[in-house]
Amino acid sequence: MLWVALNFPALSLEIFSRAASAPEPLAVFERQSNRSWVLVCNEAASGLGVKPGMPVSAAQALVSNLVVRARDLVAEHESLTGIAAWAGRFTPAVSLQPPDGLLLEVSSCLRLHRGLNNLLKQLRSGLDEMGYAANHACVSTPHAAWLLAQAGTGAVIREQARLEKMIGALPVRLLDQPAETIAGLEMLGAHTVADCLRLPSVGLARRFGRSLLDEVERALGRRPEPREFFVPPPSFERRLELPALVHEAEGLGFAARRLLPELEGYLSLRQAGVLEFELVCHHEDVPDTVVKLGFVQPTRSLARMQLLLRETLANTQLPAAVHTIVLKATRILAQEVKNADLFDAHTEEGDGELLLERLRIRLGRDAVSGISPAADHRPELAWKYCEAGEVVTASPGPQRPLWLLPTPLRCEEDRFVSRSGPERIESGWWDGGDVTRDYYVAQHRNGSRLWVYRDLSNGEWYVHGLFA
Amino acid sequence: MKTSLDFVLQHSGIWRGDQLAQAGVETLPTGYAELDEQLPGGGWPRGALTEILIEREGIGELRLLLPALVQASQQSGWLAWVSPPHVPYAPTLAAAGVKLQRLLLARPQSAGDAWWAAEQALRSGACSAVLAWLRTPDERRMRRLQLGAESGSAWGVLFRSASAAQERSPAALRLRLEATDSGLAVHILKRRGGHLGRPVLLDLDGKSVRRTPSVVQFPRKVA
Repeated sequence: MLWVALNFPALSLEIFSRAASAPEPLAVFERQSNRSWVLVCNEAASGLGVKPGMPVSAAQALVSNLVVRARDLVAEHESLTGIAAWAGRFTPAVSLQPPDGLLLEVSSCLRLHRGLNNLLKQLRSGLDEMGYAANHACVSTPHAAWLLAQAGTGAVIREQARLEKMIGALPVRLLDQPAETIAGLEMLGAHTVADCLRLPSVGLARRFGRSLLDEVERALGRRPEPREFFVPPPSFERRLELPALVHEAEGLGFAARRLLPELEGYLSLRQAGVLEFELVCHHEDVPDTVVKLGFVQPTRSLARMQLLLRETLANTQLPAAVHTIVLKATRILAQEVKNADLFDAHTEEGDGELLLERLRIRLGRDAVSGISPAADHRPELAWKYCEAGEVVTASPGPQRPLWLLPTPLRCEEDRFVSRSGPERIESGWWDGGDVTRDYYVAQHRNGSRLWVYRDLSNGEWYVHGLFA
Repeated sequence: MKTSLDFVLQHSGIWRGDQLAQAGVETLPTGYAELDEQLPGGGWPRGALTEILIEREGIGELRLLLPALVQASQQSGWLAWVSPPHVPYAPTLAAAGVKLQRLLLARPQSAGDAWWAAEQALRSGACSAVLAWLRTPDERRMRRLQLGAESGSAWGVLFRSASAAQERSPAALRLRLEATDSGLAVHILKRRGGHLGRPVLLDLDGKSVRRTPSVVQFPRKVA
């Protein structure tokens, strides 16, 4: 077993700050009875003198444009499950460590991600893209990984002897024990885990209970630690509060890009692809704007979702400023995963569906199509637009031109040098589109070969096609 | 001595004045042997722009491309038609053997969107051929299309009016079509790796091919 622990020390701050591209001084405060103090603040605020533990009023007096937000435990937990869903793209064994941690069992997926170093690199860059900062540690037991991550060591340990040394050096206050136990240990002069282990274990258990020794033994792998794995919820819906009102639709792109990796990870965990998703924009006092996005085929590719979103937002007008966005996957379909080729036969073929989507987004759905023949004797009804890529069957017919004029053009008979024919087409009496025409292939004086007809109802000549 | 000279002349870096450059050009046969002979690589160039200049529509500009389109439709990519001036008639295309499910029609509202769509189609790498009828061409836009065709290795065909023959163009191949009494005359205005060719006279219906008598005939081999 190999566990990667991720600790998010600034999660309560990041849920507010990650939707903004430029950091403003921000502090999150906690309130107890009528006293409120700064829990955590960002670099912009600490640079101006704000410190954790400071009363909020003092911090506000110090920095006039300081944004203060009350701690939001519900949003923190939502964010944590969002990150857990995202981590599903790396391994299916993701375990929550509330309130601010995740544990990933990665021993079975190292080869897929080409080694541990590469996996850790991907984790870091992915978290960075979503706007989270994490401490990590990677060892053989989940609890030790969690303790080492909290200590901010960034340790990657695979030997038991080194693990014991590292755990021994950790301060006792990191242990998940009641405050009295920690205080008692400190009074005994046991400041590190190693100090505790040097004390007689029977006496230690009698004085502080079994749980302290249990915890240390779990960390060292002498006692099993069963963990519950994260099960993705049946639907995907994530909300993100924007730090400031956004007036232009394109400005929402940055915030939405923070959420898309979570959707991608969620889809890999569910082995599914998204067919339709929507971005709901909440306004102050007008009804919500719902931006709907759809794919031709279910996908879980982040690049395609980002492209679709960018192109769609570029064409969206907002009725009012937006304060919160919600990303919702409305249609999710199971999607088979292709196995990677053993010899990595990489073909440089482009993505036909992607081109189709791109064109549809910008030109409109009706402007992009395929074409198919239809069963009718009237030439103007013998074809129709269809979905591009639709498989069609055609039966062979008489000679027809390559260009058809959508509306026939009046012409004079004496312009033709020669003509051959006629082919009489008399059809459509049953649906009111009655035609009686004699079609000829005619050579125009200027060299063009035309498909012309004489309308037998009025004797006029029309050009209906070009033998281009 | 002669054998060693022949050996040296086999070198791919040596180009002889009476030959067309062959190296590195991926092509799609036109279906007309006489025209293939005049084109570098023996066909329509892949990964490059082909310009077709016509005096008027309906002289056989599409029938000229049809054999290549039939062949391209057997491959996996799209055959994209960007803002065609009329309706491509499905029964005729199907009868000629074009696989209609490969056809992708884009009918943009504005000229700017049409240029954008043509460039996207060429660049995507998902099209085997892109036929485009575009208004208000300028050199910058043309160059973007040519670069797009190169990166997507698509066969890009741009239909333009014959009056554009005097303009500069980054296209790899430029042909001017002229309707004559005895068939379609194909004038090669520009081709890569070769001097200007003789006009080729094609009978598009019978596919029998004649050629105008050549004025200058280089000897094939130096004796």
